[in-house]
Amino acid sequence: MTVVLAFVIGGLFAVGLYLMLRRNFAKLILGLAVLTNAVNLLIFTVGGLTRARPPLVPAGETAPPGIVADPLPQALILTAIVIGFGVLAFAMVLAYRTYQAVASDDLDDMKSTDELPREETHELTETYDEARQSEPTMAEPVIETQQAPA
Amino acid sequence: MNVLLLLPILIPLLTAIITLLFHRQSRVQQIAGVGGAAALFGAASALLVAVLRDGIQAGQFGNWPAPFGITFVADLLSAIMVVLAGLIGLTVTIYSVATINVRRTMFGYYPLVHILLMGVCGAFLTGDIFNLYVWFEVLLIASFVLMALGGERGQLEGAIKYVTINLFSSALFLVAVGILYAEAGTLNMADLARRLPTLPQQGLVTTLGVLFLVAFGIKAAFFPLFFWLPASYHTPPAAISALFAGLLTKVGVYSLIRTFTLLFVQDVAYTHTLILIAAGLTMVVGVLGALVQTNLRRALSFLIVSHIGFAVMGLGIFTPFALAGAVFYIVEDMIVLTALFMVSGVIQQLGGSHDLRELGGLYKRAPGLAILFLLPALSLSGIPPLSGFFAKLALLRAGLESGQYAIVATALAVSLLTLLTIMRIWSEVFWKPAPRHAKARGAISAIDHGHREALLGRMPIAALAALTVILGLAAGPVFDLATAAAGQLTQPDGYIQVVFGGRP
Repeated sequence: MTVVLAFVIGGLFAVGLYLMLRRNFAKLILGLAVLTNAVNLLIFTVGGLTRARPPLVPAGETAPPGIVADPLPQALILTAIVIGFGVLAFAMVLAYRTYQAVASDDLDDMKSTDELPREETHELTETYDEARQSEPTMAEPVIETQQAPA
Repeated sequence: MNVLLLLPILIPLLTAIITLLFHRQSRVQQIAGVGGAAALFGAASALLVAVLRDGIQAGQFGNWPAPFGITFVADLLSAIMVVLAGLIGLTVTIYSVATINVRRTMFGYYPLVHILLMGVCGAFLTGDIFNLYVWFEVLLIASFVLMALGGERGQLEGAIKYVTINLFSSALFLVAVGILYAEAGTLNMADLARRLPTLPQQGLVTTLGVLFLVAFGIKAAFFPLFFWLPASYHTPPAAISALFAGLLTKVGVYSLIRTFTLLFVQDVAYTHTLILIAAGLTMVVGVLGALVQTNLRRALSFLIVSHIGFAVMGLGIFTPFALAGAVFYIVEDMIVLTALFMVSGVIQQLGGSHDLRELGGLYKRAPGLAILFLLPALSLSGIPPLSGFFAKLALLRAGLESGQYAIVATALAVSLLTLLTIMRIWSEVFWKPAPRHAKARGAISAIDHGHREALLGRMPIAALAALTVILGLAAGPVFDLATAAAGQLTQPDGYIQVVFGGRP
């Protein structure tokens, strides 16, 4: 069973990473979701698979009988699921807001923060001008001013 | 349970709740935000004093004995880091009062800052590796929202990269934690430190170490893993950038220092050499990136990356002296970078731009600001008598003593290039005549901007700049403190004993 799960986890990691490397935003988020679940499954598996032996202490005893499943990895996974859920919800809202702002779901259109601004020269050729126009330009920084309360 | 260990987590939580309750009254939020940060700074200082007086402090949540409950430990390194988190929280919240607009305040700026501070303090104080993951997520979620708060296009684009790469790093971190638990059967860091050397598969332990190195390396932004930082840190308002620059990458560096002094010290020749090589490349690539930037805050972002290299270099050399240098360097770095990012915000207010080509002549209008920029900037490049000089001196001496000449040469060259970068920025922003086509709106905004707010915005910068001078002039006692912290790191027996020593 462990071997089967190892392959499942490996497959999930591959799928998640492949999706994350796509240019489409929705696929990026799906990739993150798959990756998170792959990690959860990994913790579940490496914690040791013990079937049908809940870590319960019978009435009147002080220790559970025999070998029982380790409940700690499951507690870890539970925490990780909750965190993953919250983060994923945020990522979806972020994606939607970005889609509204950029009007594209292609990650290649979101490079304005990475690029060096071009030198502003006056001997621009026409083709260069056209190339500039078709490219997204970075939003003008907004000046923060404190407004006095009424 | 020692209450001092809990206060750095409870105070930001309480402040976040209070500021959230008053989310419509921005004035109340500002007062509570600054007050909470001041209380955090006070509590953290009390913790540092207690650690100095009584040694390492430890406490168990829920009073379960050590390997079972979640342990909180404050050794000197943790206490110093928490004090700095309080200091940066305080200066940034004061700066925020002057610079963060009402809209962002209404959308929960102050609660988020305090949740971020809570996550940072939790990460510094926890003694449990899974708990460290949870604190990382707390601070990451808060930083995600802060990064995107305001919804400008650049911010959202930066946030996508920031969120994706940090979630990936968290996934790696979680994988490493899961396998570590499977191998060692414990998550308590002190317990792990005892058990890891006894494990039969030492190769696997080293592999896990490298997994942690990659996960924390992404968060600390060192060499091949730093690209998200210059793509995102310059997009939010200066106060948020300053908070991130001071705190977030340093949490990654702290985690690296903690895990690679306490847990993964079995194969130092491999892991720490890897760290050293990454440190050297980080310094070089970061400073070269900063040199070519024309955007002030992007250049500063690259300088963050470059100077992560110096802090990690101390860990890579891995002698007590080098670690002391690294601790001193982190302290100096947090103060200096926060100050520089705050100055960049004021520069934008005065000059109306981040673009070095559109700025100029600010020395005439704000000579004080020019000095406030110059002090931390010179400290960053290591000019005596500022604090950066002594931190660099310690690191370089440690490098020479352990025969790591290549890294010493790299560090010296990078310091020179840092000096070149910041002098270039300084002369572009302050010294060269204002370009003729400069937009007039800068001048207008300076008039709009009330005198009181302008003063409030400069006060925290002045305090931090003064602190770099003071830390430089009082380098002896500070270095003694860093040496004591490094001593605790290289002799982890004390740490382990305190964790298992029952209730303090």
